[in-house]
Amino acid sequence: MAEAKATPRPPVESGCPDGFQYMHPVMLKNYGNWAYHEDPQPGVLLHVAKSGDKIWTVRAGTQRILDLFTLRKLCEIGDKYADGFVRFTIRSNLEFMVADESKVQPLIDAIRKEGFIVGGTKNSVTMISHTQGWLHCDIPGTDASGVVKSMMDELHDEFTNWNMPNRVHMTTSCCQINCGGQGDIAINIQHTKPPKINHDLVANVCERPSVVARCPVAAIRPALVNGKPSLEVDEKKCICCGACYPPCPPMQINDPENSKLAIWVGGNHSNARGKPTFQKLVAAGIPNNPPRWPEATAIVKKILKVYKEDAKDWERMNDWIERIGWPRFFELTGLPFTKFHIDNWRGSRKSLNSSTHIRF
Amino acid sequence: MVKKYETPMLDQLRGGKWPSFIDGITRLAEEHPDERIRAVNHSLLGQLEHSYETRKGYWKGGTVSVYGYGGGIIPRFSEVGDAFPKSREFHTLRVQPPAGNYYTTDILRQLADSWEKYGSGLVTFHGQTGNIMFIGTTTENTQHFFDEINEYGFDLGGAGPCVRTAMSCVGAARCEQSCANEHKIHRLLVNNFMDDMHRPALPYKFKFKVSGCPNDCMNSIERSDFAVIGTWRDDMKVDQAEIKKYVAKKGRQYIIDNVISRCPTQALSLTDGDELQVDNRNCVRCMHCLNVMPKALSPGDDKGVTLLIGGKRTLKIGDLMGTVIVPFMKMESDEDYERIVEIAEETIDFFAENALEHERTGEMIERIGLVNFLEGIGIEVDPNMVNHPRESSYVRTDMWDEEAEKWFERKAEQAAG
Repeated sequence: MAEAKATPRPPVESGCPDGFQYMHPVMLKNYGNWAYHEDPQPGVLLHVAKSGDKIWTVRAGTQRILDLFTLRKLCEIGDKYADGFVRFTIRSNLEFMVADESKVQPLIDAIRKEGFIVGGTKNSVTMISHTQGWLHCDIPGTDASGVVKSMMDELHDEFTNWNMPNRVHMTTSCCQINCGGQGDIAINIQHTKPPKINHDLVANVCERPSVVARCPVAAIRPALVNGKPSLEVDEKKCICCGACYPPCPPMQINDPENSKLAIWVGGNHSNARGKPTFQKLVAAGIPNNPPRWPEATAIVKKILKVYKEDAKDWERMNDWIERIGWPRFFELTGLPFTKFHIDNWRGSRKSLNSSTHIRF
Repeated sequence: MVKKYETPMLDQLRGGKWPSFIDGITRLAEEHPDERIRAVNHSLLGQLEHSYETRKGYWKGGTVSVYGYGGGIIPRFSEVGDAFPKSREFHTLRVQPPAGNYYTTDILRQLADSWEKYGSGLVTFHGQTGNIMFIGTTTENTQHFFDEINEYGFDLGGAGPCVRTAMSCVGAARCEQSCANEHKIHRLLVNNFMDDMHRPALPYKFKFKVSGCPNDCMNSIERSDFAVIGTWRDDMKVDQAEIKKYVAKKGRQYIIDNVISRCPTQALSLTDGDELQVDNRNCVRCMHCLNVMPKALSPGDDKGVTLLIGGKRTLKIGDLMGTVIVPFMKMESDEDYERIVEIAEETIDFFAENALEHERTGEMIERIGLVNFLEGIGIEVDPNMVNHPRESSYVRTDMWDEEAEKWFERKAEQAAG
């Protein structure tokens, strides 16, 4: 090339953009001055400001991974039937805001007509928050996007109705790092076998001391294998967590047969009623079975059915189980209670029952 | 000629009641006017089908960034690029969304138009760290796309051991429970650390999340190193006329069962005249009764925030929730906002100097103890930081009198105002 290479453009380190410029004028005008909200119907919120101004929100479930056609279709709905202002919830639902009640029903109709789902508010099962999976992640044990699509196909009616005792937040994660986060129900990969090590590659690819340091149970040590510096795993100590795999891909933890799904329940971020809680293991060894993962969906539906029938109004999954006790949870769901449910990690004795509080 | 692949497994995720991401990718592959986009998406479908068949992922990381930055891109190189060459390089750009995730359709279209020029046409609002994820482009186009959107106000987020993209809730823009200007706190905090975001040099990731009330819709206690949660310290507001309407509508038993008896500190009572009595000294601001009766109950006027430090998920030592380090601080004056930024700076400086490689803030605190951390960032102890005082007697208390004196001095200062 004869031309001189163009000077690279220095970045403008502008950081997080100001959201006020994209905010609905009624929301901007009443910022910090809202009086109350009502729930006129599933998927619709009505917020009333102290000034008397009102704004209606219609929440639409989407596929999260949007293609340009879908994104533009959603914009088209937003322009034609709403006021051109939207926001995304933390669970990738899209919210359209309108300041005129008469726009609500035509907006709902337009969203439905284009194949999106109106719902996900109040005591419904809202969209499952999830991770990237095989589509893009470098360490995935499954395809969360596919698991979620399969599951939401069957939970559609729970998204569009207020059938649950309280809101249900679900998450899915493709490894034990659990990017999907805590949930009332979480469907996560649980590896069951130690990593298979490609000793030819370790020396070139991995910084061995940092891999050793990543192991939560000190099961990894440096070793010479076939004359090459590598790593070895004490398979009796290994808890199959996969922590060594991201810093050292030759320690292959993903296993088409032995990387299973596990289901956890009772994670709750809110401070409402009790303090926030972490999710607890209830089922494991579930086949990682693409393309539709029917075994995992069946267990989730069973848990939801029992929760719906047995929990009282306003009880989140964790509140309900705390009231009825874990033995009853396993009895009602028909899930087996095994030695794997009993925690043996540090501090775990605090999770054991040190009382005579037993339900009969 | 665009190469196509058979995708019998993925085809089983097409159609159905819920919108299908496979339908979307397929549509880009088959209908998009740009041959480049069609080819990339066919190739992507081919590799994804291969993953479904073999139950394995085939993406490797690497090193890709834009001029002047060291992070913000998730590099992806295909391990099976020879079989699926058009998506051989498939990097994601993490882009910071506007605080509160507000958009106009105009700005979404503008982002879509830019992405159409340089990317695969796939985008997610938002990834679990809170970024807009522009999924799938080449190393070269990463720079072009960033240059274009950076011109109209968008910047890369965090990836790697750095300050990460922050998140804040819908907040004061639309929620009656909001006790803070989430938007302002969010931007003030994270935008103060752009150098620490764009040039990853911390021991590990550091996340800010801001929720306007203790419902904590941003999951900040469990998912962030630095959680800011709106709260109030005067009496909650009770509209007794609205209480009576709720009782009339739902029945007295419903209110007793679902409001009064669900109060975690038994701070509520319903009188024989259907008035709600609140023991505000013992209310812990859990939000339950406000959630059930938003028209009758509201937060008080003396609003501020609680700060919790050290939340994170499993790896390496197990899940940790944030710990209260500031029970309450006002968020009104410029000095208040300067103070919260100062606490964040102290925390990140201490983290940078004292955490081990790949250790999160909460893990560092677990290793060194909360008291050492508090001394490091210059914050005094407070009984709101614990569930209960220590149970173990393994502690040296030979400086007891000096420490007790500090407590009484602080109390005297507070009393003096």
